[in-house]
Amino acid sequence: MEDIKLQETIEKFLDGKMSPDEIAWFEDLRNATPEIDQMVVEHKLFSEKINDYANHIDLKQRLHTLHTSLTEKGEIEDIHLSSRKAKVIYLWNRYKRVTAIAASIACITALFIYGLVSFFAPVANMNDLQQLSKKIDQVQLNQQMQGARIREFDSKIPKGYTITAGGTAFLIDAKGYLITNAHVMKGSGAVVVDNKGNEFKAKILAVDVEKDLALLKINDDDFKKFNSLPYSISKSNIDLGTEIFTLGYPKDEIVYNMGYLSARNGFNGDTTNFQISLNANPGNSGGPVFNNKGEIVGIISTRQAQAEGVVFAVKAKNIFEMLKGLKENDSSFPNIKMPVNTTLKNETRVNQIKKVEDYVFLVKSYNSN
Amino acid sequence: MPEFSEQTLLKRFAENDSQATEIIYKDHFNMIRHLIQNNNGDHEDAKDIFQEAMIVLYENARTDSFILNCQLKTYLYSICRRLWLKRLQQAGRMTVLTEGIEETTQVDDAMDHHQRLSAEFALMEKAMNNLGEPCKSLLEAYYLEKKGMDEIADKFGYTNADNAKNQKYKCMIRLKKIFFAHYNHNGK
Repeated sequence: MEDIKLQETIEKFLDGKMSPDEIAWFEDLRNATPEIDQMVVEHKLFSEKINDYANHIDLKQRLHTLHTSLTEKGEIEDIHLSSRKAKVIYLWNRYKRVTAIAASIACITALFIYGLVSFFAPVANMNDLQQLSKKIDQVQLNQQMQGARIREFDSKIPKGYTITAGGTAFLIDAKGYLITNAHVMKGSGAVVVDNKGNEFKAKILAVDVEKDLALLKINDDDFKKFNSLPYSISKSNIDLGTEIFTLGYPKDEIVYNMGYLSARNGFNGDTTNFQISLNANPGNSGGPVFNNKGEIVGIISTRQAQAEGVVFAVKAKNIFEMLKGLKENDSSFPNIKMPVNTTLKNETRVNQIKKVEDYVFLVKSYNSN
Repeated sequence: MPEFSEQTLLKRFAENDSQATEIIYKDHFNMIRHLIQNNNGDHEDAKDIFQEAMIVLYENARTDSFILNCQLKTYLYSICRRLWLKRLQQAGRMTVLTEGIEETTQVDDAMDHHQRLSAEFALMEKAMNNLGEPCKSLLEAYYLEKKGMDEIADKFGYTNADNAKNQKYKCMIRLKKIFFAHYNHNGK
């Protein structure tokens, strides 16, 4: 109740409805009580705001009414009330630009196609025929190869399982230990395929989702152990602008790509990653990132969807950390000897690729249906 | 109808004079309609944009510092142009306006002022909506519809004007609280 009385008094004061005596009394009260003074100031502001608001609503209403009445009086045009003919003219005016553009595009396209057809038609026929025959050979070849592949899948991927994800993996130990991305290992088991199409069964030894790394071991009698690996794995950070290259399996065949280190950290400043500029496609995940000396500096993991050529790779030192962690947790964990020396230092790029491509695998993980 | 100088016309518009409002509206609406309809808008858009421009004009004409240093036509055209460009951008259309040779003037300050006020009005509206009934209707009757306490008591079924007044104060105190909580929070 007190509040309301006070409110009423403040309002009376602000509206100038007080007698001089009352004003003098109220001014004294304001001086003596800062809270009341504050309330007066606040109420004055509030009154202004709510009056502005009321005015605003009123104006909106008035404008609306005015528009209707002016339209009715015919003082302003309103297309809704005009005749049909006006509507056609209005539509024509409105869309004439669009119509003109559409017509010109159609015209240009027609001319262009006509030109193309008349230019290529007589000459191209012969070539097309020759190419066609070649293609038939190729189709047959492809079919044969696919046939071979399908037979292999029958043997390596257990029946009733389907492939859930595919990517790239590379050896970190000549005995058959491979590294790939954790996100490639979506299934319960995996097979790896070398660059000649030979398929081997592999076991998933460890998956570190946080680092996006997975460790695999080839468990297949068909696999012949290598003597040593030609590349090494680098623990150190690499510099901005360093040229890098990668091998991977965005398709069934091994694909080479090159680029450079474009940022020291990954997406949103992720320090376990770095950013490279290069064309990567689905299937490149898990691929090794080499520097010019043939040292593996990272593992391709993701790319930024909205940006062209922005790819992120896990720094190679994370492999060391992952293995160290595994060994600490389980002392019986097999010793993995990662290569420390690269034999590729002074080789040309073509020779480097020749020497490393045997150690980069296509990896497919599978799961039961 | 007597001729007014634009300055007087504006002054009267700012004082809610309906004749002045009508003159300004009638003299400029068609120009804006052409602008909007030639640039991917329809009649409804033209009405919306022009009325918002009238509000911008009104808000600015009511400030003490307002001086019209160009033709009213140019001023309204410039504001509508800005409002419509903004609307087109929001709709994701990166178009360039096709225009006649109309002159435009700097309206940044006017637009800023308008935006500030719009934010405040939105705040007030939100605060009102948060009040709930019967407070909302009661305060709307008093502040917006400018009804007297007797009429309000009658409409809402209070036994006398004093009771209605008490209720109005209670509601107002609540509204003030809600409004200032956000108003202060939003800086200023």
